[in-house]
Amino acid sequence: MIDVADNAELIRLTAAEMAAKLRAGEITSVELTQAHLDRIEAVDGGEKGLNAYIHVSGEEALATAAEVDAIRSAGGAEAEALHPLAGVPIAVKDLIVTTGQPTTAGSKMLEGWMSPYDATVVEKIRTAKLPILGKTNLDEFAMGSSTEHSAYGVTRNPWNIERIPGGSGGGSAAAVAAFEAPLALGTDTGGSIRQPGAVTGTVGTKPTYGSVSRYGAIAMASSLDQIGPVARTTEDAALLHELIAGHDPKDSTSLPDEVPAFGEASRNQSVEGLRIGVIRQLQGEGYQSGVLARFQESLDALKAAGAEIVEVDCTSFEYALGAYYLIMPSEASSNLARFDGVRYGTRVTPEEGPLTIERVMGATRAAGFGEEVKRRIILGTYALSAGYYDAYYGSAQKVRTLIQRDFDAAFETADVLISPTSPVVAFPLGEKLDDPLAMYLNDVATIPANLAGIPGISVPGGLAADESGAELPVGIQFLAPAREDARVYQAAGALEKLLNDGSQPLWAQIPELESQEA
Amino acid sequence: MTDTIAEAEPLSYEEALERFDPVLGFEVHVELNTVTKMFSSAPNAFGDDPNTNVNPVCLGLPGTLPVVNGTAVESAIRLGLALNCRIAESCRFARKQYFYPDTPKNWQTSQYDEPIAYDGYLDVELDDGEIFRVEIERAHMEEDAGKLTHAGTSGRIQGADYSLVDYNRSGVPLIEIVTKPIVGAGERAPEIARAYVSAVRDIVKGLDISDARMERGNVRCDANVSLMPKGSTEFGTRSETKNVNSMRAVEHAVTYEIRRHAGVLSSGGSIVQETRHWQETSRTTTSGRPKSDADDYRYFPEPDLVPVVTTQDWIERLRAELPEPPAERRRRLRETWGYADKEFRDVVAADLLDEIEETVEKGASPAVARKWWMGEISRLANARDLDPAALGVAPATIIELNSLIEAGRINDKIARQVLEFHVDGEGSPEAIVEARGLEVVSDDGALSAAVEKAMEENPDVVEKVKGGKLKAIGALIGPVMKETKGQADAGKVREIVLEKLGIEG
Repeated sequence: MIDVADNAELIRLTAAEMAAKLRAGEITSVELTQAHLDRIEAVDGGEKGLNAYIHVSGEEALATAAEVDAIRSAGGAEAEALHPLAGVPIAVKDLIVTTGQPTTAGSKMLEGWMSPYDATVVEKIRTAKLPILGKTNLDEFAMGSSTEHSAYGVTRNPWNIERIPGGSGGGSAAAVAAFEAPLALGTDTGGSIRQPGAVTGTVGTKPTYGSVSRYGAIAMASSLDQIGPVARTTEDAALLHELIAGHDPKDSTSLPDEVPAFGEASRNQSVEGLRIGVIRQLQGEGYQSGVLARFQESLDALKAAGAEIVEVDCTSFEYALGAYYLIMPSEASSNLARFDGVRYGTRVTPEEGPLTIERVMGATRAAGFGEEVKRRIILGTYALSAGYYDAYYGSAQKVRTLIQRDFDAAFETADVLISPTSPVVAFPLGEKLDDPLAMYLNDVATIPANLAGIPGISVPGGLAADESGAELPVGIQFLAPAREDARVYQAAGALEKLLNDGSQPLWAQIPELESQEA
Repeated sequence: MTDTIAEAEPLSYEEALERFDPVLGFEVHVELNTVTKMFSSAPNAFGDDPNTNVNPVCLGLPGTLPVVNGTAVESAIRLGLALNCRIAESCRFARKQYFYPDTPKNWQTSQYDEPIAYDGYLDVELDDGEIFRVEIERAHMEEDAGKLTHAGTSGRIQGADYSLVDYNRSGVPLIEIVTKPIVGAGERAPEIARAYVSAVRDIVKGLDISDARMERGNVRCDANVSLMPKGSTEFGTRSETKNVNSMRAVEHAVTYEIRRHAGVLSSGGSIVQETRHWQETSRTTTSGRPKSDADDYRYFPEPDLVPVVTTQDWIERLRAELPEPPAERRRRLRETWGYADKEFRDVVAADLLDEIEETVEKGASPAVARKWWMGEISRLANARDLDPAALGVAPATIIELNSLIEAGRINDKIARQVLEFHVDGEGSPEAIVEARGLEVVSDDGALSAAVEKAMEENPDVVEKVKGGKLKAIGALIGPVMKETKGQADAGKVREIVLEKLGIEG
């Protein structure tokens, strides 16, 4: 029998610490995995539970864990060959397909659908033998910034369960923040890893476009989507990134590069002489004063540690949100065309009238998709229509080029760029549900990186009070040139160390959650 | 609009051509014979059980991504070069979007404004040897759709009880070749249409990039026809007859559409821009779905694929490796082989140029090669419902058979039997002749005895020969053959008879 108090400590370790203890034989993967399953059991279900998971796969996770333990206790070459993270459990955003576990994309459209194949990142995780705890909640088809647009209920923010956990990857972020998993996979199209990271006090990276294979991530916007790591520390995120990165012949847009040593970069933690560019356009209006105060403190700390702080102008960022909300829905309207009830997933037959294929497709899509998804499909279909294409999709692509040029120029004077990740801290559940434009503004600082294909990370920058006085996490974003993901880990690792100096890391300060166990 | 006449009795072809000039245009789809599909590693194979040659990618399952088949790109470049096209330095794929259950992603990955090959031409040889140049607008790569089978009376999706879909063909690589409008064809329009499709088929076959079997849909033709009043240069409204899938059908469809358009236009009506279906039995076309230039496929560049970049070195290497153009090759072979026009046309029609060429290369005379391939081999193949090439007769076998005849060891009739035994797997002609004892009876003693016997039994014939009617010897050959079980050489028999009668031959 495992002691509950021990369990509480076990799940509060970082993934790197868990891995070290597993390697040293101090704990077993089965203990570790069971501890997380118990935690999920305790805090995830029930009316006020976090609902970070759509599906929990305890049996599969424990089987993997037992396999790792057996290999480790047998010793020899096979034990030597185990991946450093082998046995450390992980959660997978339910946009990424898995065999043996359902994949819903947070939509009724895929209710009960079982993928016959694994995503490339899932294959890598299985090969490295990380027990998969389950599939995490998300805004339907990753469309949203609050995880309120899921057909499987809202996910709550463990810092304050009446607040949103960010989105679309609120499930992965909340699970990691609440110790329901030490590591998780997310996807980031406009900020879906970084913004949830910011509002839950966790670390999330959007890798360089092409760094991680997209094969098996249900596409929202193909030219913007990227799978990335979610963790409590920069080092953990870097280690997971290293594991999932690398060229994949199944993804034509994946980079041929060797995977750099991100873990090592995260442990470098030096900003001596590093030129850090503050983006003038990503501060000021629309940003909460508390967020800006934490941002300024981060800058001061970095400067004090030897970084050179410079200001950079990215004038075309003004159009980034507009361009994003044309390109993303255009691609999404196309990517989601396949959900028609003909081959898999939900099929709805109209109750009245003739039974034609068009009517079945129509009824299926009407019933299977939620409101936000429909909104984006309609927007994208319109933007790609003959006669409008040049004005909308064409212009948006031009803005994209301008944004890339802004970044190119900025990276001539700065090694990394910095901004708040999100203009606001976690807002109350339901607050922006009826105001899509207000919801979209959450991504104003994260979207440029997706449009330019460059890497970005969000690291905790402390707590700030919003208008209501609630103290909630603030995220600091670092950006680097394409293929220089190591730089964001170095900068983020350094800031993390500076801010944690003399105090507990932010993630350890999270309030105790009430057990939801009946 | 309601008053517009869209249907009328077709005019006669002659009358149509007196009043109008036809303008043609063709979209020919060529299915490539690559091992795998255009964007996935699923097998590209014909005739297997439904939905067996599929994988998550060509089924368009959530999360899957396409990867371009490099061999298909190379085939497209080679075809582009053979069609005298310019090859794009860089080109992209695009999504052509429409909802239809044979298309698993509800878009077809195709090329839109950036085809891999463009601005080419094809010189087409007509029946009388005249050359007609067809300008090529573009050749682009795309993927095929699955195959729908509609259960119910109509055979169409409308009114079907249910429909079955087979995705084996989904994602099979296609190259679509689009011509520029073909003007100046005049009364030869149908012949040009047939010759053009035939020339395209010859080229893809010569390049070995497609099985090129029209009956299997490896080469599919959409024929566009419009008419201009004589003297006008402004194109009329066109119709697009889909899937005209034989040379003859192409010719007939163009003829019919010219007559139909002329009928409608002559009675003051106007042509509806639409797709039409070819009806093989009635040799007519019927109305399909209306098609306007405003069909909105919401094309946009396929973001899951990177541009295809072609280097000059690659193109030049492929150009240097191109086979001789089929038309040039035919001219060369006709001249070197010295066949009569009809003989050569028959060989081409029988699709036996390759086999005869190889047989000649191995040492047979063109006449011998033609005799065997067009004669006994074709007959045996036909009886077995096979292509002559599929019978497995090697050029060396033909040469061996022929040398047995020339050496006088077997006669023609026996040779044909030997060929059949060979096809049935009895070994080389030499071995068959030995094993079955088919050699011509050259033992003078035995033959002499047989001749003597025949002469004794046919005294009247002997008298006639003695009287100078040498042709009468023929009547003795039959009995001798019977006696020797067909293994006598007719010439030798004649010699012996004359010798016995003391007549100078």
